Amino acid sequence: MSSTFDQVATIIAETCDIPRDTITPDSHAIDDLGIDSLDFLDIAFAIDKAFGIKLPLEKWTQEVNDGKATTEQYFVLKNLCARIDELVAAKGAGA
Amino acid sequence: MQLEYFQLIDRILDLNMVEKTITVEAQVPKASTIFDGHFPGYPIMPGVLLIESMAQTSGWLLVALMKFERMPFLAAVKEAKMRGFVAPGELLTVEASVVHEGSGYAITDAKVKVGGKLRSNATITFSHVPFPNPDLRGHMDAVAKRIGFPSQAIA
Repeated sequence: MSSTFDQVATIIAETCDIPRDTITPDSHAIDDLGIDSLDFLDIAFAIDKAFGIKLPLEKWTQEVNDGKATTEQYFVLKNLCARIDELVAAKGAGA
Repeated sequence: MQLEYFQLIDRILDLNMVEKTITVEAQVPKASTIFDGHFPGYPIMPGVLLIESMAQTSGWLLVALMKFERMPFLAAVKEAKMRGFVAPGELLTVEASVVHEGSGYAITDAKVKVGGKLRSNATITFSHVPFPNPDLRGHMDAVAKRIGFPSQAIA
């Protein structure tokens, strides 16, 4: 089974037409890869489907807007993947 | 359907909150200035308005599912296909179903049919937010009444 990062990187590459080899765990989806909010909806949809979760985008955005979190916490890919793993684990625990 | 007011749907025929589907009816007017230009001597319903009818239909489904607490806004239209012409005076049946409900966004599939035959379809993405002001909420209440929104469905 491929890693969460591999799956997410492939989703981003295919959804946003970004060369796969330019996407690293340290890439910031917005600042480094230039993904805008609309494209991120497509990515969120693909991630939701692939992992059977619901990325809490509104909560994250609110936390960033309120200064309670940084965009790095959610949109640097290694951090995003850690959040996805947490959500998958939480879903498994609740099942 | 009042094209000049962007009223693209007339009546909700069915709203299924369990299946997350909606069916509406829309009567294309026999005459409109839009047909004067689209096209002279060969009037047909513009494809963008068929897309708008699917967006409005989908929007009402989402408004219902969110119990009138949030307003969906069109964000993306994918795989939109105009499969056949729609002429002035034709009666449209527009159907929509939810593909995915995300956090702050939703995706629907929608179809326009005439006499049971598919004329257009699209996959549509919406972002949704709490109603930005009471005026818009009031407007939606008024439209809901006009198109026969089944308020018992969200009770």
